[in-house]
Amino acid sequence: MTGKQNSKISGKVSFWNDPAKRSILYQLEALLLIGLLGYYLFSNITHNLERQSIATGFGFLQKEASFEIGESLISYSAADRYARALWVGILNTLLVSFIGIILTVILGTVIGVSRLSKNWLVSHLAAVYIEVLQDIPVLLQLFFWYAFFYEILPSPKQALNPVGGIFLCNRGLSFVIPVFHSAHIYMAIAFGIACLAVAFLRRWSRQRHEKTGVPFPLFRVSLALLIGFPLLTWWLSGAPTQMDVPELIGFNFQGGANISPEFTALLLGLVLYTSAFVAEVVRAGIQSVSHGQTEAAMALGLTPSHILKLVILPQALRVIIPPLTSQMLNLTKNSSLAVAIGYPDFVSVAGTTINQTGQAIEGVAMIMIVYLFFSLLTSAFMNWYNKRIALVER
Amino acid sequence: MRTENQKFKSVSTENVKPPAVNIGLIGWIRTNLFSSWFNSILTVITVYILWKTIPPFVQWAFIDSLWFSTGAECHEAGGACWSVVLKNFRFILFGFYPHDQQWRPLLAMGMLIGLLFFSRNRNHWNIYLAYSWMLGLLLMGFLMKGGILGLVPVESIQWGGLPLTLILSVFGLTAAYPLGVMLALGRQSRLPIIRSLCIVYIELIRGVPLISLLFMSSVVFPLFFPEGVTFNKIIRAQIAIILFTAAYIAEVVRGGLQAMDRGQYEAAESIGLNYYQTMRLVILPQALKIVIPPSVSILISAFKDTSLVVIIALYDLLKTTQSTLTNPEWMGFSAEAYLFIAIIYFICCFFMSNYSRRLERELNRSNR
Repeated sequence: MTGKQNSKISGKVSFWNDPAKRSILYQLEALLLIGLLGYYLFSNITHNLERQSIATGFGFLQKEASFEIGESLISYSAADRYARALWVGILNTLLVSFIGIILTVILGTVIGVSRLSKNWLVSHLAAVYIEVLQDIPVLLQLFFWYAFFYEILPSPKQALNPVGGIFLCNRGLSFVIPVFHSAHIYMAIAFGIACLAVAFLRRWSRQRHEKTGVPFPLFRVSLALLIGFPLLTWWLSGAPTQMDVPELIGFNFQGGANISPEFTALLLGLVLYTSAFVAEVVRAGIQSVSHGQTEAAMALGLTPSHILKLVILPQALRVIIPPLTSQMLNLTKNSSLAVAIGYPDFVSVAGTTINQTGQAIEGVAMIMIVYLFFSLLTSAFMNWYNKRIALVER
Repeated sequence: MRTENQKFKSVSTENVKPPAVNIGLIGWIRTNLFSSWFNSILTVITVYILWKTIPPFVQWAFIDSLWFSTGAECHEAGGACWSVVLKNFRFILFGFYPHDQQWRPLLAMGMLIGLLFFSRNRNHWNIYLAYSWMLGLLLMGFLMKGGILGLVPVESIQWGGLPLTLILSVFGLTAAYPLGVMLALGRQSRLPIIRSLCIVYIELIRGVPLISLLFMSSVVFPLFFPEGVTFNKIIRAQIAIILFTAAYIAEVVRGGLQAMDRGQYEAAESIGLNYYQTMRLVILPQALKIVIPPSVSILISAFKDTSLVVIIALYDLLKTTQSTLTNPEWMGFSAEAYLFIAIIYFICCFFMSNYSRRLERELNRSNR
């Protein structure tokens, strides 16, 4: 106010007292400082790189990697290029994060619900689980599970066999899988068709419900479709039951599917650690829906399953989903600790690349870009979801 | 018949006790463990699992365990080998710090814990506490480093174990705080360039794992400086941790700034305070008080995250334990050693998180 009055009287404000000009000056100063710092670092870097005769740029991606990778989703050999090796790393990171997220959400929900159980024993055990696993560094947990596989579990000859067809030993986890048969392809196609059918059914049942008010048992019918249709295809195409059972031949298991100790230890550590946080998120979400909501729904005559589906879950999920997403992102970021126990995730492959080529800046930049991409993807999802639930709100 | 009726009348309602199955131990068990058939099944299954796991664990950890034996004796016995911890206690706790000088890190840790305990009381929160923290951290640094007052100098490359873990996390948080506050203010600023610079920094750091910054500290930082200027690994890792923690502090502080009532800004402006005075005298003192509980949570994650320096081969608590386990005599006792340091981490984090929760309740109550 005073500024405006002054300017009216004198007609002109001195340069230093005009907030608009001053703010431009401050910002220019900040830019200049950062530019100078950047220039200083850049000139040092170029000088140092020249002195140590390290190449720059991403040309190395096309060179031969010449290192082996323990496990890979795509075919890879030491003769392949760095680009392919890094791609293997990204896929491994995605694999462990994807499976980890699914298991974490399931386990975390179970524990979070147990924490609210009326059963004293169950709820206190869940509380102990949450408190203990949250407070131990995830890296320590990874080391523990890794040691568990290599030191505590027996050799393949004395492998633990908790359930028929599953063998646990210091070479990892082996389990029985069906022998490949063309029926499996038909089953996958049938499953896809069932998914489409469920999507249409959902739309149709909602439209009919809105028009006529007649409800449709959507959940049960969809479940029956999703399970029944593939099963029917399996039966029609000859019902193949041949199984590939892991067998002890020599010093290791042959056949079946095998998961390496590194992968299992990483998955176990990440899932147990993150699910403790997810459990807290789920508990807070459920508790955020006040009991009056349940009572009001009961008073309206809704059935317990309808109360859960129409009243509790929509409100609880609104509280749960945002922190849950950030926990999923945390799990993805923590999967970079795989480098410590020798699972070839992206950071581990990039680390080997840095060691071999000496191109540290490019390597670290790639690690950062890949994880930034994941987190930007996550925040894009969050924004989309927040908008969606904002529409529901009136 | 009549006698019964009389008896019935003579009992006053005050003396009527609830049925025995609803009170006392039986009542408690009924309501808490067997309230429905589902709960009963759950209880039975849980008790069965506990019965299958707890006694063997107790047998392994306490009854069959060895505490003061050699590694060879341990390999023969079936129980837990706590000797791996007790025999290597000083190495696990202090790393390569010279053996006869290890009272110094112990004293430094004692000072740190004393300061932390002193800071718990909200009545002690004033400017002198900030000064005593600065003084305390400086003293701890001198105590560890030596070279003055007749203390033998110890290069920081020899620091290790629990003191290193504590220094990296506590010093990291303290040094990151001013930077974090500045970033938070920058993010709330009206100047578009400064605001976007701060947003880019915060989102960039929060989007990448700490390990990528630690990698950067170990392989890229040396390239940043002119020839001849070198920092040792610990300082570089400390810088990475500070840069990382600052972004998280910035987000927490931003929460505090946003929780401030608009009227506070308006009141400050109306009495003619400029931006810096408004922030320093009105906004920050209130905002920072709100964010103390989440800041303790950041300290907890910083404390846990420092274990990642293992990956760039710094000898923190986890690394000293691991290198003990590479000794052929003690090979194969990872479970015992890891359990021991897990307990250390758990105790520290448990106290801090409990404190943070209590503080949050107290602050909520006093704000009402």
